[in-house]
Amino acid sequence: MSIQFGNPDRPNSYIGKTVPRPNARRLVQGRGVYVDDIVLPRMAHVVFVRSPFAHAKINRIDAEEAMSVKGVLRVFTGKDIAEVCTPWVAVLAHLKGLKSPPEHAIAVDRACWVGEPVAAVVATSRAAAEDGAALIDVDYEQLDPVADMMSALDPQTPVLHPDMGDNLAFERQHEQGDVEEAFRTAHKVVSARFVTGRHTGVTLEPRSILVDWNPAEEQMTAWHATQAPHMIQTVLAKHLDLPESRVRVICEDVGGSYGIKVHVYPDEVATAAIAKIMKRPMKFIADRLESFSSDIHARDHEIEAKIAVGEDGKILAMDVDDWTAIGAYSVYPRTSAIEGNQVVNLCGGPYDFANYRAKTTVVFQNKTPTCQYRAVGHPIAVAITEGLVDMAAAELGMDPVEIRRRNMFKDDAYPVTSPANMRFEGLSHHASLDKLLELMDYEALRSEQAELRKKGIHRGIGIASFIELTNPSPFMYGIGGARISAQDGCTVRMDPDGSVVALSGVTEQGQGTEAMLSQVVAEGLGVSPARVRIITGDTQVTPYGGGTWASRGAGIGGEAALQAARALRDSILEVAAAMLQADQTKLDIRDGAIVDAASGEARMPLEELGRIVYFRGDTLPKGLPRELVQTRHYITSDYPFAFTNGVQASYLEVDTQTGIVRLLKHWCVEDCGRVINPLLVDEQIRGGIVQGLGGALFEEIHYDADGQLLNGSMADYLVPMAAEMPDMIIGHVETPTQESLLGAKGAGEAGTAGSPAAVMNAINDALRPMGAQVTEMPFTPERILRALGSLKD
Amino acid sequence: MNEMFRDKIDISLTVNGEPVEGRVPAGQHLVDFLRGALGLTGAHASCEHGVCGACTIKVNGEAVRGCLMLAAQADGADIWTVEGLSDQGTIKDLQDAFVARNALQCGFCTPGMLVAIDELLGKEGVPSRAEIREHLSGNYCRCTGYEAIVDAVETVARARAQKGAA
Repeated sequence: MSIQFGNPDRPNSYIGKTVPRPNARRLVQGRGVYVDDIVLPRMAHVVFVRSPFAHAKINRIDAEEAMSVKGVLRVFTGKDIAEVCTPWVAVLAHLKGLKSPPEHAIAVDRACWVGEPVAAVVATSRAAAEDGAALIDVDYEQLDPVADMMSALDPQTPVLHPDMGDNLAFERQHEQGDVEEAFRTAHKVVSARFVTGRHTGVTLEPRSILVDWNPAEEQMTAWHATQAPHMIQTVLAKHLDLPESRVRVICEDVGGSYGIKVHVYPDEVATAAIAKIMKRPMKFIADRLESFSSDIHARDHEIEAKIAVGEDGKILAMDVDDWTAIGAYSVYPRTSAIEGNQVVNLCGGPYDFANYRAKTTVVFQNKTPTCQYRAVGHPIAVAITEGLVDMAAAELGMDPVEIRRRNMFKDDAYPVTSPANMRFEGLSHHASLDKLLELMDYEALRSEQAELRKKGIHRGIGIASFIELTNPSPFMYGIGGARISAQDGCTVRMDPDGSVVALSGVTEQGQGTEAMLSQVVAEGLGVSPARVRIITGDTQVTPYGGGTWASRGAGIGGEAALQAARALRDSILEVAAAMLQADQTKLDIRDGAIVDAASGEARMPLEELGRIVYFRGDTLPKGLPRELVQTRHYITSDYPFAFTNGVQASYLEVDTQTGIVRLLKHWCVEDCGRVINPLLVDEQIRGGIVQGLGGALFEEIHYDADGQLLNGSMADYLVPMAAEMPDMIIGHVETPTQESLLGAKGAGEAGTAGSPAAVMNAINDALRPMGAQVTEMPFTPERILRALGSLKD
Repeated sequence: MNEMFRDKIDISLTVNGEPVEGRVPAGQHLVDFLRGALGLTGAHASCEHGVCGACTIKVNGEAVRGCLMLAAQADGADIWTVEGLSDQGTIKDLQDAFVARNALQCGFCTPGMLVAIDELLGKEGVPSRAEIREHLSGNYCRCTGYEAIVDAVETVARARAQKGAA
């Protein structure tokens, strides 16, 4: 029996409604449990000594003075850790040619970025460990750093990893159609250079791990702020030589992730190794400087791109040359080639055109490694695409809305394959754009803009259409050899009193996973969400799963939960039919009771069924299946990814005297398929938009020419604050995926994917009458004044 | 850290209405004392240099950064953390509004945010959205984009004003 989603009056209609988050009340009372809140008997603290140089040989480490600090227990070097922990190599077979050298949990003889761990100090208190770390004397011999991206492959540039032969980590070129010919014969060609600043995630809870090793049981338990507990279980087991069954990863509350906490970090693995060596609980909590120098960075790209258009505004071709520098190592196990690869896959995404060429060149340098951060590659690809489309429209004297209408895939064109060979099952670009224009009252806004311009007030309207990759299949990582699950599972059980427990492999990072699962299980089973207790984030009890990444929680974890709940419903009804001597197909579960499906008449509460099954099983027919627990796993198989789409708009004002941009309002209409919880989806979109706005206007990690990190604090690396952010209007179009019963696609990254491009286009819309244009993020006052020509030196 | 910072100092204070005594290292921050010695883990250490507001607590009636004050300075102080404010019920309407509006996601910034808002709502009148945004600009939230928080504060400010007028 399928669910009649179209009927809002159907029984147990919890999917599609805003229900409260079961964990929110706990968090507002300060009763959350983050890793640093956990204290274990005999727990010690580990603090890392980190390289102050971008590139240096480690000649000698003298720990004598550090050991004299009261409370310091032991000091570990890279060599000590390497005795119990094997190094890793972050490559994927399907990213052909990707290379990276072996990386150790603590650098063994050479440090390759400012912030790389070179020693660990363990003490009975964090303060003592920090005191000890300050006294570790490391004899460094500085080596030539590779700090510049565009010259990394030049013959005179030193090779960072001599064993790799050169500084090229990965390159890929995709070509479709006759790009050269299209550019040669086009009515207009517009080109531009785009730069996206190096960002990091700035999770308010720093990276945190607490690892206990019990040698008597040969059992490791890690309380970890992570998005992917099963992946971490697999990694710790592999590199510390333990069976996976002897590694338990527990993930309680996590204070923000955004992709930062889905990677394997050397210091965290070292903490586990130290716990194993010292046979006692070991805690590592990164401080803020460590967060800036050792959390993954992202988005450090430089791009030359051009677009060819016809007189009618039709896109004839796009050509993209993308460069990115990933730091000293490809990050384990997802690798650092994915972001550049995504740029190739996603440019031109919304548009129906024939000739496309894109190349990404991924190089090593002596900086913090980069890897997947919220909306991986999307903000870059969307900025390139939407920037070029707007420039082409301006060149043609065409309205930015009109050029998009003429080029976006028609809403009835699906299924369709893009010039980048991405397969789209069903998108709604035109319906979404129509809705956006209605929400923002585009015409009125244009009139207001024109009126204000006469008074010397420079406002801009920017639009950005986009696609978003969600619900990944094993095509993302698994086929390349990474032990990262694209499948997810859920176990749903009914307890004797009729209450329900659901254990899921997807995790809660604050996005509302538990609420989403509770309402999916509630509807699938026929009870109220309040009756469903959700358990996530414990590898010892939940089904194996991938966790939270690539906007997969609702689409994949939600579908597994729905199927498990439906299976349990069938099991319950089979028992009920035997008890009531009724036809199983004529019974239903509604609001926690067995009812007659046709009349809705109550037949038996679930409590009664639970009592009989668990305590008076003797009264049931012999051989009657009586499992009040069911597990289902779900994996997508028809499409490698479930693409979503959306469109954003920004309205802002540029102060041409100061270069300061004031955000006035922001809109987003997006299509994530079935919306399970409207409030939670809207807040994911809003939070995502603001993360993108940070990248557009403020956020940038700075290094000097020697690879020295220049801004390692929240006072120097600016993130959006409440006063600078606009109110945001969110709308939806729903095109459910046909692959699953639930029909949900992801929504967590759509906001971040499109907002930087919308802001860039709005700024350029404001500046265009003055002949100025910006394409280098973040759009700081300085860059805007330089574009205006009022700042020259 | 030199020996002076390791010296122990005796302090006596009130935390969440209960008398507390402690012998603290001179260099220990107040938030570390509350979290470590007293197990009050609601206030969180995040930037540890007074920028992000995650450690905001109430000291002698004012919202204070727990990472910018030493435990030794709290001798004789009257301190309230989110745990005490929750038990006392004084911010229940605000907490309810946060839950209803989903004005929190990961919840790490929330306890500090609530203390900062409590200070704002203690002032006269109903703050405008711009004033709410300005007041909260010392409290970073990386998840929500702030709008839901501003909505929740506005709702509570209006409800309290109405209740006061009635």
